[in-house]
Amino acid sequence: MARMTMIEAIRDALDVAMGADPTVVVFGEDVGYFGGVFRCTAGLQAKYGKTRCFDTPINESGIVGAGIGMAAYGLKPVVEIQFADYVYPAYDQIVSEAARLRYRSAGQFTCPMVVRMPTGGGIFGGQTHSQSPEALFTHVTGLKTVVPSNPRDAKGLLLSAIEDPDPVIFLEPKRLYNGPFDGHHDRPVTAWKTHELGEVPEGHYTVPLGRAVVRRQGQAATILTYGTMVHVALAAAAESGVDAEVIDLRTLLPLDMETVAASVSKTGRCLVLHEATLTSGYGAELAALVQAECFWHLEAPIRRVAGWDTPYPHTHEWSYFPGPARVAEALRQLVEVA
Amino acid sequence: MPDPDALPPLSLTVPEPEVRPGGQPDFSHVAIPRAGTVRRPPVDADPEEIRDLAFTIIRVMNREGEAVGPWAEALDFTPEDLLEGLRHMMTLRIYDARMLNAQRQQKTSFYMQHLGEEAISCGFQRALAPGDMNFPTYRQAGLLIAAGYPLSAMMNQVFSNAEDPMRGRQLPVCYSSREHGFFTISGNLATQYIQAVGWAMASAISGDRKISAAWIGDGSTAESDFHAALVFASTYKAPVVLNVVNNQWAISTFQGIARGGSGTFAARGLGFGIPSLRVDGNDYLAVMAVAKWAAERARRNLGPTMIEYVTYRAGGHSTSDDPSAYRPAEESTAWPLGDPVLRLKNHLIRLGVWSDERHAQAEAEILAEITAAQKRAEAIGTLHHGQHPSPVDMFEDVYAEMPPHLLKQRHEAGF
Repeated sequence: MARMTMIEAIRDALDVAMGADPTVVVFGEDVGYFGGVFRCTAGLQAKYGKTRCFDTPINESGIVGAGIGMAAYGLKPVVEIQFADYVYPAYDQIVSEAARLRYRSAGQFTCPMVVRMPTGGGIFGGQTHSQSPEALFTHVTGLKTVVPSNPRDAKGLLLSAIEDPDPVIFLEPKRLYNGPFDGHHDRPVTAWKTHELGEVPEGHYTVPLGRAVVRRQGQAATILTYGTMVHVALAAAAESGVDAEVIDLRTLLPLDMETVAASVSKTGRCLVLHEATLTSGYGAELAALVQAECFWHLEAPIRRVAGWDTPYPHTHEWSYFPGPARVAEALRQLVEVA
Repeated sequence: MPDPDALPPLSLTVPEPEVRPGGQPDFSHVAIPRAGTVRRPPVDADPEEIRDLAFTIIRVMNREGEAVGPWAEALDFTPEDLLEGLRHMMTLRIYDARMLNAQRQQKTSFYMQHLGEEAISCGFQRALAPGDMNFPTYRQAGLLIAAGYPLSAMMNQVFSNAEDPMRGRQLPVCYSSREHGFFTISGNLATQYIQAVGWAMASAISGDRKISAAWIGDGSTAESDFHAALVFASTYKAPVVLNVVNNQWAISTFQGIARGGSGTFAARGLGFGIPSLRVDGNDYLAVMAVAKWAAERARRNLGPTMIEYVTYRAGGHSTSDDPSAYRPAEESTAWPLGDPVLRLKNHLIRLGVWSDERHAQAEAEILAEITAAQKRAEAIGTLHHGQHPSPVDMFEDVYAEMPPHLLKQRHEAGF
């Protein structure tokens, strides 16, 4: 099996999709000739031509709006927003337009589009290159929201997203782009190259949307998480000595409630972990769902660990970013509740 | 540099219309060239050489009802085509009147009429071919009428009855028909403008022959997506016609607020190197002539064209609007470009293919046809009476396949 970084896996997914389906088009700022600032689209223009992979003006609303028009025509656009922090000018197009075309045209027009964007912090990107806006999308009906945690899933989920008949928000944790992350911040960015690459099957395969996976088996507590925080959760479970089960949600909407409920019902304790700010975050939705579905199995109040309710800081990013120590402490407290 | 403290303090400019309620309507600021006097360049003209067309008004029909000048000469429509065009406009006007009345009778929640703007959408549609796509606003129902979309389907939507093609999800006037080249209307302004460009780009990427048409009102040209559309259309030379309907009023706000005191709406295209024309929006022949010119450019892969239709919204913005609160009541009749229906009627009389009698007869026929369709629609249901779409429809079409959480909610709702 090939070994790849997440960037390579995403590029591979785009390559597989473009090779198999001439209606797949890829565009965004710096995406064409240069191959994207993170190089996720490198080589695609040379291989598929500049009308299938091209650079756009710096206009996020234009990128998504044009993508919607293309999707309505019958193409499958995969557009890149350079950083999730830049998606806000396109928010109206995503929320009011992409998410609702099928509904408001009674099925006559659809929007099979993927909006890819790097998300999250951990690379000293400051408050405009580090945000995790997933809750803004999971709140929007008509969208699907995906966050992979490793190269294999990134490729399989992206292929599923491209093949999906509805608009999909594909959030790529940039902390994981260049190699697996062991959950600790003390590895400098430059050392990523020395990390072990992920195993990624060659050719076409999919990881279905709406299916979570158990990353670590455990009996004492369940950690519900996704993206970069999967790795933090695994590190925290090992460090804390708590026999925690770690669920990687992979798709936030639709959510695999079956896997979630089975785990929490088994362990009786639940910790919700995400990097995005706490208040009204996706963790609130998870906590509410778990409370409703697993109330009689719960032995302690559901705990949430998340980014602080501040803009994402630059210098103090590792104080903001939930690390293994914070999560381990929360886990210990969670299991201590009688 | 002068001492800043020595200069008078700054003051803000807030544009105001010439006249407010109680005043005398005044359109002396609208410079109107005589019909037939504006040149018609070849469709592959260099945009730099036709910049003047963004500042004038292309007109074909003169006061005597004659079609004159180079744009008239390039028209290749038969009198039968024009009679059909007149019928489209008359149909839209009578339909509007009936639906407006139906709203007053509480048979629908809301309606938006086209009074005074019928020539634009009805005329433009004649330049399109099957498969082309309009990305309209709420004031282009004439595109549907001229494309042969059934009036009964429109009415069923206005009445939100069981046969509403949008299954009770859309506002009454937010129609949608892929088959008739009418993209589903959004209430969020200007979003469709860039989508139209994307659709046109997709056609070009696919090596297709279809073109698209973007529609926007004067007020919404202030939205960022208008500018996004111009950037993309100009950058990729998309086969799109970028239409701006300048009907002078964005609800109560006059067009000068979106435009400021400079240039014209058409002139906004010039900075992007997009050939931009200004046309008399109340002149059916001029609209058709310019639309054909722009559509041909798009089809020949010569790129986008911007068209500003100079017109006047004679009615309110919607049934929730009272225009007498912000403009003189007589302003619509003072509009110097006249009534589009009357002007085409007079032209056809001048051609000898129409008469006042036949016009009156056609009016009666159309009214009877619309009244009959309305009766059929009302027999199915209106907003508060009769049969409506099933509430179960509310849950459909959110996704291609209903995800578990939504299915659960549908069951909870009892469906």
